Amino acid sequence: MGDQFLFAIEVMINGLMAGVLYALVALGFVLIFKASGIFNYAQGVMALFAALTLVGIMEGQVPFSHLINAIFGTKIHHFGWEVPAILAILLTMMIMVFFAWAVNHFVMRHLVNQEPIILFMATIGLAYFLEGVGDLMWGSEIKTLDVGLPQGGSFWIEDMTAGLGSDNFFGFFIDKLDMVATVIAAILVVGLVVFAQYTKQGRAMRAVADDHQAALSVGISLNYIWVLVWSLAGFVALVAGIMWGAKSGVQFSLSLIALKALPVLMLGGFTSIPGAIVGGLIIGVGEKIFEFTVGAAIGGATENWFAYMLALLFLVFRPQGLFGEKIIERV
Amino acid sequence: MKKLATMAVAAVMAASPVMADLVFPSLSYRTGPYAAGGIPFADGYADYFTLLNERDGGIGGVMTRVIECETGYNTEKGVECYESTKGEGSLVYQPLSTGITYQLIPKTAADGIPLHTMGYGRTSAANGKVFNNVFNYPANYWDGASIAVNHLLDENGGDISGKKIALVYHNSAYGKEPIRTLEELSGKHGFELTTIAVDHPGQEQKSQWLQIRRERPDYVVMWGWGVMNQVAIQEAANIRFPMENFIGNWWAGSENDVMPAGDAANGYKALAMHNVGTDFPIFADLQEHVIDAGKAAGNGDQVGTVLYNRGFYAAMLAAEAVKEAQAIHGVMDITPAMMRDGMEALSMTEERMASLGMANFGPAFSVSCENHGGSGEGKVQQWDAAAGQWNTITDWIASDQEVIQPLVMADSMAYAEENNVAMSCGG
Repeated sequence: MGDQFLFAIEVMINGLMAGVLYALVALGFVLIFKASGIFNYAQGVMALFAALTLVGIMEGQVPFSHLINAIFGTKIHHFGWEVPAILAILLTMMIMVFFAWAVNHFVMRHLVNQEPIILFMATIGLAYFLEGVGDLMWGSEIKTLDVGLPQGGSFWIEDMTAGLGSDNFFGFFIDKLDMVATVIAAILVVGLVVFAQYTKQGRAMRAVADDHQAALSVGISLNYIWVLVWSLAGFVALVAGIMWGAKSGVQFSLSLIALKALPVLMLGGFTSIPGAIVGGLIIGVGEKIFEFTVGAAIGGATENWFAYMLALLFLVFRPQGLFGEKIIERV
Repeated sequence: MKKLATMAVAAVMAASPVMADLVFPSLSYRTGPYAAGGIPFADGYADYFTLLNERDGGIGGVMTRVIECETGYNTEKGVECYESTKGEGSLVYQPLSTGITYQLIPKTAADGIPLHTMGYGRTSAANGKVFNNVFNYPANYWDGASIAVNHLLDENGGDISGKKIALVYHNSAYGKEPIRTLEELSGKHGFELTTIAVDHPGQEQKSQWLQIRRERPDYVVMWGWGVMNQVAIQEAANIRFPMENFIGNWWAGSENDVMPAGDAANGYKALAMHNVGTDFPIFADLQEHVIDAGKAAGNGDQVGTVLYNRGFYAAMLAAEAVKEAQAIHGVMDITPAMMRDGMEALSMTEERMASLGMANFGPAFSVSCENHGGSGEGKVQQWDAAAGQWNTITDWIASDQEVIQPLVMADSMAYAEENNVAMSCGG
């Protein structure tokens, strides 16, 4: 096989892996949109907040220490202990559940039956609030996240595939972290699909998404479902935060990963869990292959805009996205 | 009668002389995606002036005052900060952002307030004949590109012809700054240059590093900022690119950039326009008068880090320019116009830095009307992951002025022509 062909395959595999990471972020958006019709602008910040909280707990950092020190003149920063990753993840999840309850209690329940744009605006406010709280709670410095995930290319795959091409081909590069992310994403998607299709809560969630008032009239607790859904989105945000945070450290730019999820949502549809994965894969492969084949000729750095262009192209032919529900409104 | 008395007291109070102080605005960014870089710089900048107030009673007997304004590294907010603080008697602006700098160049020129862009901003502002009130000493981007190449020349016995160098850059005006210089240097030294752009913010760089893995350049030079740096270092480690052949510029060379990659970042190099660490006598004074006294801007744990020292160094250069201005004009409470004169007359000798307790902290240089850019020297530092510290591994390396000066002249002249700037020296 020619080296260029092998390089293209390598780029494609890495595109698929990158697509999975995009999909992890997109899943959180889908969950909330599916259950409440809200486009949650704060999803990226939730990933940041979850990752910040996880590192803070693992390192035994005192929350709000800067604030406490400024008010009381103390110099406390750490409790002096470290928390194992598994326990820290569980504690973080509990905080995300509390966050979900707080969002519902203080914001969402007051906005039942409001226009979607009002709900969207509320999530913009939520994003700024959460970013500020995260800063105040855990500080702004970059934190190293080490939950034991493997990093770097797989030597085994490199060695096994090195003989496929000439001496200029060094075997396929596949990041071990991306492989782990793929497995986790697959488990997550299967779990979420089963939950949405086959459980009582999942069906209630879908009923709420269709019509708040109708769901209420048949006895579904809107409060319970919304807390549940925001908790699930918080869990997905935590997973995305761990994966992306392991790559770059946990820092405030982590919230910008939401930008990578938007074209995935446009392409896969806002209401489909498998759509988020398929959309992620198409965007991931598409942008990487375009960069590989055309990028160099037009100055490179094509990935950001190409992802949106690809999504727009799909929208022309299928406005609801590949897997989105077609909305039919009778007049 | 009572009303009249109140009005009289108010009038007397209004007519009383305001307590004089030397005002240094700090356009900081303690929030947002780049806060991790903005906080230590702002702390270092503030702490130096606090030290002068606490230890020396200010500069020449006049107390200093730092007014901080949060920009969030956002250009619009930066301009708002400038507008809201310039009326306070601000002596010099250090915007800490190339985007804000470009917006402030015409504004500060109109308002007669000097602008200091240390290692960033508009490179051709080094030509003081055109950019009368802008200073970018001790070094600029083009110096940085040349210093990186000169370091590689030193490492290769003066010959890098045939070598492949890849520039990984932030796809912005900032990131593109070194390209022209590197192209010129490529022609001069015969190395092959590949430019690889990374889009903002740079969280996903798989394509770029797969390209590097395919093309196997001998060296990678990086012009990055923020999360782009951390991801690039991690990706370089992932593809097992030799870290000692990977050199970042001085905005890709802080502790923030290497810590997330852990041991994998060991050996990574970066340019430096000043020294790191606390092994300078002034830091003992800082500990005594500022940190232990509870007057530090932060909690003191950033002292000695790259970006803290940069803020500290920037403040020191501003304070020394004030001293020059006071000496020139014989006035202690100087104006922004006097500050400009002080900056243009600044001479940072070895002796002067030693007398400040900062011997060899930065390069020795002097400023003139023709040269607002300083000596254009820099060092190379290398990350020791086990010790968790940067070590400077070279002495000051001079940039190739034979290549850079014509570029500075061409760009500044084009600016002068476009904007009808009358070239002059002095005020």
